[in-house]
Amino acid sequence: MCAQPAPATPTTDGSRTVLDARDISRALTRISHEILERNRGAADLVLLGIPSRGVPLAQRIAERMASVEGVHVPVGSLDVTMYRDDLRLKPARTLMPTDIPSGGIDGKTVVLVDDVLYSGRTIRAALDALTEVGRPKAVQLAVLVDRGHRELPIRADFVGKNLPTSLAERVRVSLEALDGVDSVAILETIKETGR
Amino acid sequence: MKRHLLSAADLTREDAELVLQTADEMRSLADRPIKKLPALRGRTVVNLFFEDSTRTRISFEAAAKRLSADVINFSAKGSSLSKGESLKDTALTLEAMGADAVVIRHGASGAPHRLAHSGWVRSSVVNAGDGTHEHPTQALLDAFTMWRHLGPRNGGTLDGQRIAIVGDVLHSRVARSNALLLQTLGAEVTLVSPPTLFPVGVETWGVETSYDLDAVIPKADAVMMLRVQRERMNGGFFPTAREYSRRYGLDGRRMATLQDHTIVMHPGPMVRGMEITADVADSQRSVIVEQVTNGVAVRMAVLYLLLGGSEPAGSLAEPVETPGDHS
Repeated sequence: MCAQPAPATPTTDGSRTVLDARDISRALTRISHEILERNRGAADLVLLGIPSRGVPLAQRIAERMASVEGVHVPVGSLDVTMYRDDLRLKPARTLMPTDIPSGGIDGKTVVLVDDVLYSGRTIRAALDALTEVGRPKAVQLAVLVDRGHRELPIRADFVGKNLPTSLAERVRVSLEALDGVDSVAILETIKETGR
Repeated sequence: MKRHLLSAADLTREDAELVLQTADEMRSLADRPIKKLPALRGRTVVNLFFEDSTRTRISFEAAAKRLSADVINFSAKGSSLSKGESLKDTALTLEAMGADAVVIRHGASGAPHRLAHSGWVRSSVVNAGDGTHEHPTQALLDAFTMWRHLGPRNGGTLDGQRIAIVGDVLHSRVARSNALLLQTLGAEVTLVSPPTLFPVGVETWGVETSYDLDAVIPKADAVMMLRVQRERMNGGFFPTAREYSRRYGLDGRRMATLQDHTIVMHPGPMVRGMEITADVADSQRSVIVEQVTNGVAVRMAVLYLLLGGSEPAGSLAEPVETPGDHS
């Protein structure tokens, strides 16, 4: 595949930054508007972030929706660890918080929020986890970065940035709430990790 | 974590905190419509109970079932165990059945250790109480209960919290496991008991000891009452039950001397009127019923951390998430 040259800024650790804080901010604002547009407002919406970096992204989308529509969309988190198909391949993983908003998700439109969409396996696990929490009217997916290389028939409804990558590369998302800085960077690596 | 949970001393502070945090996530499951997780699908957990126990066995059974494991209950009564089968032959049978974890309760101290290190079974072994030795999951659920109640006002840890453990320390595996684990977690433990009910060598446990309940409890952040295990007693450890309750029982008068935030605990089964009076057991301070709920969550956490992955989680495992670990 011919990777399109992303607007890259070389950094000291060999990574190149493809999105900076303002790019991320604009992408989230656009995603927020797209979600509202697609669902004709914020009624019956629930945002569920997938830990760890999906959660602050979901919160930021909700803040933007509040300033646009004046409606506070419930935000929660959904841990998918125990639903992963590679659970048995690695040492027992640490669980992350699952926090379903008090109104539940039955009959609501749930927007799953994650930082990077890659193989699609995390989202498959999330769909399984969701069915044990309730029965949403619809499930949509918002991601900050879609880096391709899907292994399952899954696609995102809202994408911040399509980022063509090679399998040898890694995408590193840093967010203000967890890492102190907003950025998306690509790292060259020989080792295959995290699939 | 190691592959087995045999003693509270096997847990590093890191491991113990991982169990508590995992138990916290497991506990939230109780509020969901479907109280089941798929993490241990296809794994087999055997409850091997050589001694009578209701609450520990059903707690382990509920924990394993909520994680979708298959559960086989094997109790001494009415089985080949009562016909004189040895521990070794029982273990070989379990191994042949393909058990992934064996939860064992045994009257002899050290039986779980023997099972784990004999090479008879390949499964993980969880000690659910052995003789007067240890009961590590009880200590974990007690610590979890304290952490939930005392942690929020103490920076999220049990560091420096004063825990009084009162009663029949001599026969109590709960006291020993708690003393070990709570010290690992940074708490200060004081054991209170009549002189006759302290075990030999208690001075090596690293805990404070006292014969005077009234002097200890006003400073305590949690008071744990232990049952007097009369079935294990064949000597005169104290003159009369009445004298014991007057000196070492928790009643309304003593409860009034506790600090406002102090919680009252009991591992059960309680003997109301002996070590604890009914008004204390049913009071606002009592978290005894909550301990049972927490027991299921803690045992789920232990089973998940031991069996959930390709190897147990914890200090020796590789880092769980690296930046860019997306899929």
